[in-house]
Amino acid sequence: MSDTIILEVARFNPEDGGEPSYQSYEVPLRPDWMVLDGLNHIKDQLDGSLAFRWSCRMGICGSCGMMVNGMPTLTCETLLMNYAPGPIRIAPLDHFPVVKDLVVDLDDFLAKLQKVRPWVVRKDDFKPAREFMQSPAQLEAFHQFSLCINCTLCYAACPVSGLDPNFIGPAAIALAHRYNLDSRDQGIEDRLDIVSQHEGIWDCTVVGECSVVCPKHVDPSLAIQQFKLTATKEWFKSFLLPRGKH
Amino acid sequence: MPQYTQFQPKEYRPKMSAYWYLDHWRYLRYALRESSSFFVAYFCVITLVQLAALGTDATRYAHFQAFMASPVMIVINAIALAFFLLHAITWFNLVPRVVMRQMLARPTPDIISSAPNYFAWFGATVILALFIMGVL
Amino acid sequence: METSSHDILIIGGGGAGLRAAIEIAEQDPRIDVAMVSKVYPMRSHTVSAEGGAAGVAGKDDTIDEHCYDTISGSDWLGDQDAIEFFCNEIPKELLRLEHWGCPWSREPDGRIAVRPFGGMKKMRTWFAADKTGFHLLHTLFQTSLKFSTIVRYDETFATRLLVEDGAVRGVVAIELRTGKIRAIQAKAVIIATGGCGRVFPFTTNANICTGDGMALAYRAGAPLKDMEMVQYHPTGLPFTGILITEAARAEGGWLLNKDGYRFLQDYDLGKPTPTPVLRSMELGPRDRVSQAIFGEFEKGRAFHGPYGDYVHLDLRHLGEHKIETRLPMVRELCLKYENIDPVREPIPIRPVQHYMMGGVHTDIDAKTPLAGLFAAGEAACVSINGANRLGSNSLGEILVFGARAGRSAIEAVRNGSAANENAILAQARDEERRIEERFLRRTDGTEKITKLREEMQRAMEKGCGIYRERESLVESANKIGELRERAGNLAIDDHSRTFNTQLTAALELGYMLDVAEAIVHSALDREESRGAHQRRDFAKRNDQKYLAHSVAHRSAEGPPRIEYLPVVITRWPPGERVYGR
Repeated sequence: MSDTIILEVARFNPEDGGEPSYQSYEVPLRPDWMVLDGLNHIKDQLDGSLAFRWSCRMGICGSCGMMVNGMPTLTCETLLMNYAPGPIRIAPLDHFPVVKDLVVDLDDFLAKLQKVRPWVVRKDDFKPAREFMQSPAQLEAFHQFSLCINCTLCYAACPVSGLDPNFIGPAAIALAHRYNLDSRDQGIEDRLDIVSQHEGIWDCTVVGECSVVCPKHVDPSLAIQQFKLTATKEWFKSFLLPRGKH
Repeated sequence: MPQYTQFQPKEYRPKMSAYWYLDHWRYLRYALRESSSFFVAYFCVITLVQLAALGTDATRYAHFQAFMASPVMIVINAIALAFFLLHAITWFNLVPRVVMRQMLARPTPDIISSAPNYFAWFGATVILALFIMGVL
Repeated sequence: METSSHDILIIGGGGAGLRAAIEIAEQDPRIDVAMVSKVYPMRSHTVSAEGGAAGVAGKDDTIDEHCYDTISGSDWLGDQDAIEFFCNEIPKELLRLEHWGCPWSREPDGRIAVRPFGGMKKMRTWFAADKTGFHLLHTLFQTSLKFSTIVRYDETFATRLLVEDGAVRGVVAIELRTGKIRAIQAKAVIIATGGCGRVFPFTTNANICTGDGMALAYRAGAPLKDMEMVQYHPTGLPFTGILITEAARAEGGWLLNKDGYRFLQDYDLGKPTPTPVLRSMELGPRDRVSQAIFGEFEKGRAFHGPYGDYVHLDLRHLGEHKIETRLPMVRELCLKYENIDPVREPIPIRPVQHYMMGGVHTDIDAKTPLAGLFAAGEAACVSINGANRLGSNSLGEILVFGARAGRSAIEAVRNGSAANENAILAQARDEERRIEERFLRRTDGTEKITKLREEMQRAMEKGCGIYRERESLVESANKIGELRERAGNLAIDDHSRTFNTQLTAALELGYMLDVAEAIVHSALDREESRGAHQRRDFAKRNDQKYLAHSVAHRSAEGPPRIEYLPVVITRWPPGERVYGR
């Protein structure tokens, strides 16, 4: 086997006035190198102008998501070897505006995150002197959905996100669902108002790719479908009991 | 691409093509799953026509049978059946995406929540087969 | 240049910065608080903390016991008034996090669960499986979204503190997306930028941990305290340096040498028992355990691998269920980065740079000696950690002192005086010119950033590793001095404004070299062995001379001036550190 591999990396610099293009670099193919190590080799040794985000290099900060051979991928935890003999095509995440090279604009995503009210809402102003009691089963009920690292791979995998930029999207809805399921929270009605809009859960057509690419097995698709069930139940309740705002 | 002015970088906004579902196999798979609904509707129409023919008289029904036996219709129906199967399988596999998986104490594997559908399907098929073969 | 102005400006969007922002927004919604962070807040390095946060919770535990553990852990270099304040505050802070939605692991009856941790005499470490830092950071970030008064400058890189008439009045920062240089004025500035692990070649720290805030304060005239105190975590994965949490040992993991022998018993850390005993063996403090592993390397009782010597962390006897529920991330990391399953195989580990006990000198109120400047978290040194931090005290520290810095900054805003805006903006324009001339427009530089960074890291590992001595420290100090000079001549190939990560790498290198210089000179000056600072040429602790914090002041030319500040002793006179007996 060859001891190098070709990375075809998407380049875009708005200051050149040009269109995006691909540039090829040859990097060492080492058994313990991740795709990110290859990119850092380019940045450190071959071309210091390449721009990409990375930080923790242990799959928890969520910075280094990119399209690798067309799949949304966390580059710090994906081996170069998986793609041997190459070449490997690396592009910025789909469905986001590109700022430069592999860096995408996340402002819109952050606005959506804030929109779903991802914090504990208490209607009763109850502040216990100690902790809220929460059984391991109650913790289990939402725990999976609290594991999202905001890497936005799910947005890049979701064709609905690409077609409708207003779609709140998998990660944000999963986060809303996480708080809805938390036994300490009372904000479900607020979030239903926001998330059961057309741009919310009903935009989702269950492509299911968000859950396939999620590196933390959050399963945002499950969250959205469960949210649909909740919204439907609440709708019927309010339909049958018009003044039924409990 | 508009000109860059200092500190006002124009972002590159890739547009999704009208044929986006051909971009990736995973999108195509989704598009096939969605379009399978068309063939389900087609089967429904055929069944209604069949029932209508059955309700009229024996010659209408014989005509219907002759029409369905034509090579063109057999090919169409074979394709429709393939899509029908795709429809059933993909939607059964989506059940775990829709049904609460936490109904049991621990999250259950996908197969557990989709299995009952397959069993029901298999059971219905066996009963129908026995009926058609005249055993029942 | 674009200018803006706020009451309080926080630099750094990790745990300490977010906690400060929330405190300010809660205390007084009329205060205009802004946060500058070079990454989106949820990317901050707090996210990588794993094991937990210590806070007295059980009936059998007392604040005094937590104080004593922390003080003896610090080898009596921690300030006891600060430690007492800290231990009293943490349970309240951790409870607040619970009310904000942090998914703490639970007992079957619904109460918060606690686990043992290294150097702690009681079970008091609250945890969220082994992703405590991740959950803590996301809970803080999501809670901060509730407050519309918090203005965020995300992906904005601070380059200089604006100081006028001896008081800090704001910061100059580059907005990465556009390359725009901003002057952000404020009546009070809080530094919460975390550590500087990237000064070392082998570290658990993220790429962003480059000591920015330490260097910003240091350049502005605030001294750095106890910088020689560098924590090596016993259990990092070879090659990557990825952290395997201390919780792995707290749950019952064993450290074994190449003969399968639990070698810690040879280093005065107690007798091996099948189940973990608090303050004993694998639950010893990090400095002593790391030194013991190094001892095995020297005795030739370790394994040899392509990335240096290593020993084994064995979790196999814990069983799959315990590993899956209590240590899922350990398993995930081992599978992904070492291709081994800890359920079936022991984990190769070696000591790895992890944490800076030292940082910007602050008092118990998070105030630095510079008016209007506050600091909290790893970037600061209060000091509660002294010569060795106990595992699970740092997440508590970012909460307690983040909040404290917020309250102190509010006070400063209320008592503040008007600033001379013209003088401040003139300074900002100077800084803009420096960035343009020395980096962005420069075409004649010859020194490669990567090369200088590697040389610095090698020098720091050689001089400021687990064991130090005069000769190698002097060599490293000379090397850092040389590199500082060469860094004036950096080659920059990227002259674009938009998201110029080569520019930030160059600026970060400058920060790291300043911090490295403070570390190496503080280490050279302390001629004793205490906690994480082990001198082969001065093997004993010397309370006569060095029961004191080192304080490094930057000088215009040449190495920093090191002074000493007595440690605050209240109720716990210096004694012997006893573990396992």
